[in-house]
Amino acid sequence: MSDLTKLTLSDARAKLMSKEISAVELTQAHVEAVEAAVPLNAYVTPTFEKALDMAKASDERIAKGEAGSLEGLPLGIKDLFCTEGVRTTACSNILDEFTPTYESTVTSNLWRDGAVMLGKLNNDEFAMGSSNETSRFGPCINPWKASGSDADLVPGGSSGGSSTAVAAHLALGATATDTGGSIRQPASFTGTVGLKPTYGRCSRWGITAFASSLDQAGPITRSVRDAAIMLTSMSGHDAKDTTSVDIAVPDFEAALTGDIRGLKVGIPKEYRIEGMSTEIEKLWSDGIDWLKSAGAEIVNVSLPHTKYALPAYYIVAPAEASSNLARYDGVRYGLRVTGDNITEMYEKTRAAGFGDEVRRRILIGTYVLSAGYYDAYYIKAQKVRTLIAQDFAEAYKQVDVLLTPTTPTAAFAIGEKIDDPLSMYLNDVFTVPVNLAGLPGISIPAGLSSEGLPLGLQLIGRTFDEETLLRVAGVLEEAAGFNAEPSTWWRNK
Amino acid sequence: MSENKNLVEGATGSWEIVLGLEIHAQVLSDAKLFSSAPTKFGAEQNTQVSLVDAAMPGMLPVINEECVRKAVRTGLGIKSKINLRSVFDRKNYFYPDLPQGYQISQFKYPIVGEGEIEIDLKGGATKRIGIERLHLEQDAGKSIHDQHPSLSYVDLNRSGVALMEIVSKPDMRSSEEAQAYVKKVRAILRYLGTCDGNMEEGSLRADVNVSVRRPGEPLGTRCEIKNVNSIRFIGQAIEHEARRQIDVLEDGGSVRLETRLFDPKKGVTRAMRSKEEAHDYRYFPDPDLLPLVISQEMVDALAADLPELPDEKKARFVREYGLSPYDAGVLVSEKVSAAFFESVASECDPKLAANWVTGEFFGALRKAGATIETSPVSAKQLGELINLISDDTLSGRIAKDVFEIMFETSDDAAKIVEERGLRQVTDLGAIEKVIDEIIAANPDKVEQVKAKPKLMGWFVGQVMKATGGKANPSSVNGLLSKKLGL
Repeated sequence: MSDLTKLTLSDARAKLMSKEISAVELTQAHVEAVEAAVPLNAYVTPTFEKALDMAKASDERIAKGEAGSLEGLPLGIKDLFCTEGVRTTACSNILDEFTPTYESTVTSNLWRDGAVMLGKLNNDEFAMGSSNETSRFGPCINPWKASGSDADLVPGGSSGGSSTAVAAHLALGATATDTGGSIRQPASFTGTVGLKPTYGRCSRWGITAFASSLDQAGPITRSVRDAAIMLTSMSGHDAKDTTSVDIAVPDFEAALTGDIRGLKVGIPKEYRIEGMSTEIEKLWSDGIDWLKSAGAEIVNVSLPHTKYALPAYYIVAPAEASSNLARYDGVRYGLRVTGDNITEMYEKTRAAGFGDEVRRRILIGTYVLSAGYYDAYYIKAQKVRTLIAQDFAEAYKQVDVLLTPTTPTAAFAIGEKIDDPLSMYLNDVFTVPVNLAGLPGISIPAGLSSEGLPLGLQLIGRTFDEETLLRVAGVLEEAAGFNAEPSTWWRNK
Repeated sequence: MSENKNLVEGATGSWEIVLGLEIHAQVLSDAKLFSSAPTKFGAEQNTQVSLVDAAMPGMLPVINEECVRKAVRTGLGIKSKINLRSVFDRKNYFYPDLPQGYQISQFKYPIVGEGEIEIDLKGGATKRIGIERLHLEQDAGKSIHDQHPSLSYVDLNRSGVALMEIVSKPDMRSSEEAQAYVKKVRAILRYLGTCDGNMEEGSLRADVNVSVRRPGEPLGTRCEIKNVNSIRFIGQAIEHEARRQIDVLEDGGSVRLETRLFDPKKGVTRAMRSKEEAHDYRYFPDPDLLPLVISQEMVDALAADLPELPDEKKARFVREYGLSPYDAGVLVSEKVSAAFFESVASECDPKLAANWVTGEFFGALRKAGATIETSPVSAKQLGELINLISDDTLSGRIAKDVFEIMFETSDDAAKIVEERGLRQVTDLGAIEKVIDEIIAANPDKVEQVKAKPKLMGWFVGQVMKATGGKANPSSVNGLLSKKLGL
């Protein structure tokens, strides 16, 4: 049975449609895999009963010839997505046992198309983190281990539960969100595909907000094709989110033609950062060679404001977060710690409810928006943001996509960076500019480090041109031929 | 600006009061500014609340276009510049009845910019008051502190309701001007149908900025009196606050920039928070909302659809009906009064109509606690009564009696006059006969009146008494003068 978890989402879909397997069998296999993977701490709220009920309904629809595009395919859902009747916490104590009476637009789209929910996945508290160590449920553990070491590694973050579940075959695919790299960095750390769509492609309605102008939902999967299939379902204009864009959703799978002859791929020189390891350099040049061999033209480009992206991001994102998280005040839902007066109740509730990283970002955000500092920080960061977007716009006059590494390093050990926020933030140096410019980006597993850990390459596309992005990603995936798998050490624990 | 005649005397000389108002007007809309929850007043607590209004996780605001149209319509009504691009900002502060932890408002780029309105003062004088801006914002919910000994409750029915904040320039110089300003803004809003102007229900409330200075000197430090909710209280609050500031300054002190509250029971203002305690609202553009962009076509269409507003109507009443500016001003202050008047005036002499509507009719309504909508006398009936005066069927005095009966019974004037035999006696022969009898019966008075012509009034009274008040007064006067040789 457990073999069924080895399928990609698209293969499983084919077998379901040909009735070679049933949705219940497929779901049952995943339920068992999840149950055997407790040490990974990927699922924080499993919904096995619901999953089997949904699978049963899928089998009935398949039998009646009414199958949707994701019919019977079991998925994991990041705990940032509000799910009706299923506890949703954003992995924060402040939400306590909060159970929404509503379903996020993105997950509603998945269920509309027949997908099956296995449960809610671990993430950094309110998606703030790059290691999934800030979760109230404790860290999620990377299925991968460095060769010759038994040390637990981080699966990346904030979507560490999503990347782990997909890499360890605990779901065919997972939803995730990306504010500064939270889809692409964990994908890179776990040998999976992570796609952050253009800002406005997927509705943010019902997703617990971190930084509204940067947050975007997307899939983590085991193949580019699977990412295309999931994105087609997740996307679309939503009247309830006025920042979602009213344009037609293409069939992204159809974009995977395998033909990139004549396409121009930009290599931004500013991403060749000081102290970059030779294995990342090597991976990048391999990527360049593969795309060149496939008929693409390589063009060196410049994105001159890249070095300001990370500081600008750490002003804009905390500023928005400090305001977005003000609603968690103990008055209406979630955690409440009583006090002698309202101020004391606020203080006690928020002190008990928020972890260190969230508190740090609320403090930074409050500071940069304060009278006297607003112009020097927030306004300046917004100007930087405009310049970064202009850099990309300039580059896209010459090229169709950009190729960069996803992260400066492979996965690191649990506890290695948690007390050093600045070094933690540096993880996102290649991913953050993409969010600031609102562009689509994807991380493709492209090789292994000298320690045998997965490394990813990032492709960045034009606004709302996920089709070209996916087409190039498909070719890159094919050329890289990444087929390494982590050992299933967790099963023996 | 003309010389200010509203100076206030202090112990050390005269002072000028400078006033600016921020009016918060609830947009007349079935739904809230960013959610589809209903906005009915007086509904059961927490029944008009959507997921967005309660700030549940992941909820997003969506602008209510009806509220945008109403704001633009209001901007056009107060003759202000419409900004085709405006931006919603977050005003951040913690309060239990503010679920999001921020109010969505417009800070730097409001939907409506500068303009002006004309206010009506005593004796038909007018004054132009500048408008600084109008912006859209969310109302907060309500904290309720009196339903539990140690806990407070929160009612979110108002949370997210659309408000227009209309900010004046500091152009007013007396409480009378401030009150006239509020009345005029309220009248315009009601004419436009963009706010019901109901101050008792809180759909219109004002923050009053008060400062004093020696005439000709720069502006003094101001205090802001928050949330004053009646025109009478606005007057009282200003009078008290200006006096307080003058006393402080004359005692050698200085006025502190602060927010104050008006206590209507004691008629005083008291400090709420000083500038040092003031919130740092950390305004920034709401990233959940794109800048609000409206088209010139939409503005033009709304402009074409504007009703006749109070000032235009007043000018027309003066021009078309020959009314005094004062009477016209009283009539146009409410759209329904103006409409009632025009309906009466279509039946009869317009000047008489204006006198009767503003005099007897409004007096009777006030006394009965009734409104034009619930009036027992219709415009047509009032017009018919006035016509009975014009054609000499009734004297003005009898007409007032007839009106009283009409107000009690809702009967037509003609019916009352017939049934009660109140028709005015204009038959000169009949009046002459009565006069002759009175002269014959009072020879002593006839003697006296020759020396003291004022005594003629006694004769008039006797004639009226004898005719039950029905004799035409001018005929009586004419005949008496002749007969008495005056």
